[in-house]
Amino acid sequence: MDEVTNGGLPQGRPTLVCGGAGSGKTLLAASFLLNGIVQYGEPGVLMTFEETGEELARDLASLGYDVGKLIDEGKLIVDYVRVERSEIEETGEYDLEGLFVRLEHAISSIGARRIMLDTIESLFAGLSNPGILRAELRRLFRWLKDKGLTAVLTGERGDGGLTRQGLEEYVSDAVILLDHRVQEQVSTRRLRIVKYRGSHHGTNEYPFLIDREGLSVLPVTSLGLSHPALKERVSTGVDQVDEMLSGRGYYRGSTVLLSGTAGTGKTSLAAHFVDAACRRGERCLYFLFEESPQQLVRNMRSIGIDLQQWVDRGLLHFRADRPSRFGLETHLAAMHRAVREFKPSVTVTDPVTNLLTVGTQSDVRSMLTRVIDHLKLESITGLFTSLTPGKTELEETDAGISSLMDTWIVLSIHEHNRMRRRWLSVLNSRCMAHSHSVREYMLTDQGLRVLDGEPETRGGRAVAGV
Amino acid sequence: MSNVQTELTAAPPLTTSSDTFLLRLYVAGQTPKCVRAFENLKRICEEYLAGRYHIEMVDLLQNPQLARGDQILAVPTLVRRLPEPIKKIIGDLSNTERVLVGLDLRPGRRPNT
Repeated sequence: MDEVTNGGLPQGRPTLVCGGAGSGKTLLAASFLLNGIVQYGEPGVLMTFEETGEELARDLASLGYDVGKLIDEGKLIVDYVRVERSEIEETGEYDLEGLFVRLEHAISSIGARRIMLDTIESLFAGLSNPGILRAELRRLFRWLKDKGLTAVLTGERGDGGLTRQGLEEYVSDAVILLDHRVQEQVSTRRLRIVKYRGSHHGTNEYPFLIDREGLSVLPVTSLGLSHPALKERVSTGVDQVDEMLSGRGYYRGSTVLLSGTAGTGKTSLAAHFVDAACRRGERCLYFLFEESPQQLVRNMRSIGIDLQQWVDRGLLHFRADRPSRFGLETHLAAMHRAVREFKPSVTVTDPVTNLLTVGTQSDVRSMLTRVIDHLKLESITGLFTSLTPGKTELEETDAGISSLMDTWIVLSIHEHNRMRRRWLSVLNSRCMAHSHSVREYMLTDQGLRVLDGEPETRGGRAVAGV
Repeated sequence: MSNVQTELTAAPPLTTSSDTFLLRLYVAGQTPKCVRAFENLKRICEEYLAGRYHIEMVDLLQNPQLARGDQILAVPTLVRRLPEPIKKIIGDLSNTERVLVGLDLRPGRRPNT
């Protein structure tokens, strides 16, 4: 989140978080407030107009915050302000000094630096004189600024403007817009910074994720192209394939695409790579978008690769998800987080093409760019398998993603003399004197074996990857 | 609640609780609105509740912690604590009709007062 706003929310000024129902406004605002307490030792006041203190505490507990404890320690005050129109009769002039007094009292009793107001617009439903309310809100924001308090307020998304009551008019410093979109039955949460004075913020939409760990925002393109280029090499797990890549395998921290039609052994080659990495004691994160981990482990055992031992030792971790379970952005956020938590040196995404079912090619491409940016920044080697449909031209299908890859290996099956033969070739490998030959290989119970010499070709036509 | 300024009126505060009005007026300092509210309240009480009302004044600037208990937001706010249920009237009480309705003193709209 701080990355997106270029350093966090403006200190000493109010920020408005707005969005529709269920977009995560309260959670975003609360995580700012509570993180301020936990990480920066800045006490906070939470004034809620919608939920009671208990309801809020329960919601936030599900995100891993112990609200009760913070209150007991005198670092947090939760004040539930209840406004019920039916219980209130209005006659003559009034102001909201009572609200100011409550806030002031709460702030001074714990020395609060941060304030959260959720959702102050509820006042408009409870009180009938909008003229007074507007004047008082203006006074409130001025007051908060004068006190140098960092305030976050939430607002319901309105039809005409950003919020129902046009709160954004008063809070002119920073406005964060949250959105919860459902596209093709898949929901994605997004965040956008609409207005931010005195800060060079990103203007993109950023996907974010809410789960038991709280809320995490994923920068879209903030990483830039500043990742290190490593000279170190890592084995593909198959000697002959290493040989084809100038004898030493992939570059560490590079990206590798293995593409081929069904049954060519993409996953097997990926498993070799994982196996080799685990043998070196490196951690591997394996994203599965088709098979279950059990299926994969069983299949690989049949070609003599025992992945279970690495799982048992905690070196190999599988994450299996149906592509259609979430939107692309959510997948991206989940992958991002998994990588951050597991800290692998190798990741495998198998098959990356299954993500095409939840997004268009350009969406998938932009998502992959972000995954790859992140991997490169962390010097993680990323291997992606791509399933080529039977009849299509290979280069065309993979064109979208192959340009993002440093190394591209193509696997294919050919019928020759009534035998199915498997061919492997390195189509491209950046900054590397790689082999240009097409080699034949077999899947045996000892793993993938590349045969010596160039395969026989019918009609003398040596073709790469068709 | 020893800090609460109490304005005692003609009637002894503890007659039969069922027909005594226990009213509390929340103000914040001596602003014109607050002064006006108190004057209006006193006038209305004398006229309609003579002998059976009791007014407490709470200045939130002196007792800010009391704002939370009665869910005070607007100032001035008049709270009818007795008879139950609790009623709230906000504003300077300049519209007598509305105050009477708010206090359930206007027959017709709430029949069983």
